[in-house]
Amino acid sequence: MKQLLILSGKGGTGKTTIASAFIKLADAKAYADCDVDAPNLHLITGRNDEPVKTDYYGLPKAKINPELCTRCDQCRQNCRFDAISIDEKYEVDSFACEGCGVCEYVCPVGAITMMPAVAGELMLYSDGEKVFSTAQLKMGSGTSGMLVTEVKRQMKSAAVDTGLAIIDGSPGIGCPVIASLSGVDMVLIVAEPSISGISDMERIIKTAAKFGTKTAVCINKYDTNIENTEKIEEFCKKQGLPFIGRIPFDHSAVKAVNNGQTIVDIDCTSGTAVKDVYHKTMNLLFEKGGE
Amino acid sequence: MPDFMDTGAINMRIAVLSGKGGTGKTLVSVNLAAAAKASTYIDCDVEEPNGHLFFKPEEVQEKVISVKIPKVDHELCNGCRKCVDFCKFNALAYIKNKLIIFDDVCHSCGGCILVCPQKALTEKEKVIGKVQKGASEQVAIYTGILNTGEATGIPIIKKLLEENSEVNKQTFIDCPPGSACIVMESIKDADYCILVAEPTLFGVHDLNMVYELVKLFNKPFGVVLNKCLEGENLAEKFCVEKNIKILGQIPFDNELGTLNSNAEIAVHKNEKYRELFSALLNTVTKEVQHETTTNP
Repeated sequence: MKQLLILSGKGGTGKTTIASAFIKLADAKAYADCDVDAPNLHLITGRNDEPVKTDYYGLPKAKINPELCTRCDQCRQNCRFDAISIDEKYEVDSFACEGCGVCEYVCPVGAITMMPAVAGELMLYSDGEKVFSTAQLKMGSGTSGMLVTEVKRQMKSAAVDTGLAIIDGSPGIGCPVIASLSGVDMVLIVAEPSISGISDMERIIKTAAKFGTKTAVCINKYDTNIENTEKIEEFCKKQGLPFIGRIPFDHSAVKAVNNGQTIVDIDCTSGTAVKDVYHKTMNLLFEKGGE
Repeated sequence: MPDFMDTGAINMRIAVLSGKGGTGKTLVSVNLAAAAKASTYIDCDVEEPNGHLFFKPEEVQEKVISVKIPKVDHELCNGCRKCVDFCKFNALAYIKNKLIIFDDVCHSCGGCILVCPQKALTEKEKVIGKVQKGASEQVAIYTGILNTGEATGIPIIKKLLEENSEVNKQTFIDCPPGSACIVMESIKDADYCILVAEPTLFGVHDLNMVYELVKLFNKPFGVVLNKCLEGENLAEKFCVEKNIKILGQIPFDNELGTLNSNAEIAVHKNEKYRELFSALLNTVTKEVQHETTTNP
C-alpha cells in the first residue's frame, strides 16, 4: 500500500479540503486523519456508518496518596515537568505530568502510584469496503505523537491492501507531524501564497527532508497573491521539488465544505484545479524507480 | 486588595488561540499589539512562528534553548538494563552489549540517571531551538523557534513566558493551533483568552474544542469572528447559542487579505483597520479589567 500524507506547516491552508477531494477522486479504500488535536476530516467524508470507538491510553499519570505522604518533598524536587505542587497537600497536575515515573521511583514511602489515564479516543469506520481511521486527543493532552501512530496502525490493520492510503496531517512541524511522517511514501505540501505561508512551508519541507520522504508542493488560493505564488514556484525549482499545481481561491469551496461536501462534488474552479493536482500526485506516488 | 489597584496599572496577559489553524491568530495578536503601542508580543507558535515576519524586529538578541539528555560512560555501564526498563519513552536500548540512547524520543525526565546503580549516566545539553527578543517601535517582540526535526517546543514556550514578566504592559500571546499540551502551556498564565473563529464548518468544530479548553482551565474569554461575509455566520450562531461574548468582527476583505499575506501590519497601513483594531483593543481591555476586578 502506498501512503500519501498531506501536510502544510501553516494551518488553514486547505489540507483537509484537498485530502477530502483526493479521497473522493481516488475512491480511496483507506484513509486517516492524523490531525488528532483538531480533526476535521470526519465532517466531510459523508460516512453514515457508526465508528468503533476505543479509549486511547497515553502514559499513566502519577497520583499521590496523602495518607502515606510524609511531605519529604523528594517528588517535587525531582519532577522535571513542574507537575507537583504543595497546597494543603502534595498534588499532581495531571496536565503537566508526562508519566515518566520519576516521582514514584524517588518516593521513599511508596505513596505515589502511576494510574492509567485516557488521553484520547480512537475511531474506526469500517463498512467492509472503506476504512477511515481517526481520533480525538483529550484537551490539553500530550502524547499526540503516540496517538498519531495509533491512528495509522489502526488504519493499516483494518484495511486490506488497497494500493493507496490518503492521510490528512496536522499543522506545525512537531511530534504529531513527525509521527505522521514515519513510513509514508510521499508528502504533498499545501502551501499558501503569503509571507507566513512561505516561511512555514520552508520549515515543513526541511522537516520532511530529514526523514527522506519524497515531497511535492501545490499552492492553494494561489490568486490571492500572485507575487508570492511565483516566489513559491521559484523556491521549488531551486530546491528541485516537483511543483504540481495552482488551486484558485473559490467561494464555492467554502460553501461546499459548509454543506459537508468535497470540492469535487460540485462544479467549481477549485474542484477542477484539484483534479489536475490529484493526477500529478498519483503519477509521482506510483512512478517506477522514483524511490 | 490586588496590587494593581494601588498603582492603577494592570498587567494583562492576553492569549490568542483558535484550535483550527489559519483562522487569524497572528493577524489579531500582531494588530492588537501594534494598536496598543507600548506592549509585548510573544509568539508561542514555536513550530511555525510568523509574528516576527510582520514586526521585523530590530536589535534582536538571541538565546539558545536546550534540554538535558543522558550520555553514557561505557566503561562504567555494566549492562544491568535498569535504565532501559525504567524509561517510559523507550529512549534507551541495550543492544549487542552496548547501551544506546535515542536522543529524539528522550523527554529529559532524568529518571535513567537516578536509577543507574553504576553512575554510568550523566547529562548533557541538547539544543532544541532558540528565543529571540527584539523591538519594533514601542512593541517588544519575543519569538520562540523550534529547530526542525525536534518533537516538542514546550521548553521553549516555558522560557518565553517566564522571561517575560514585565509589569504594567499589555502582553499578547500568539498561540499554536490545536488543543494539545503546547496550547495549554501557552495559555497557562494568561489573564484572558481571545478565541479567533472563522465561519466554516471546520472553524466552528475547532472553536468548540478551544471553547471547552478555556472552560476547563477557567479562563475568561471572548470570541473574535474573522473572515466575516454577508449572510449566515456559523461561528456567530455558535456563540449566540452558547452565550459567548463576541468581542468584534473582522470582515472578509481582499485588501486586508493582501496586506496580511504580504506580512504587513494592517493598523500601520490603513486608518480603517487602525480603527477596527483599536476598538477591539478597547473592548478586550474593558473585558479584562472587568474580569480582574470581579475575579482577581
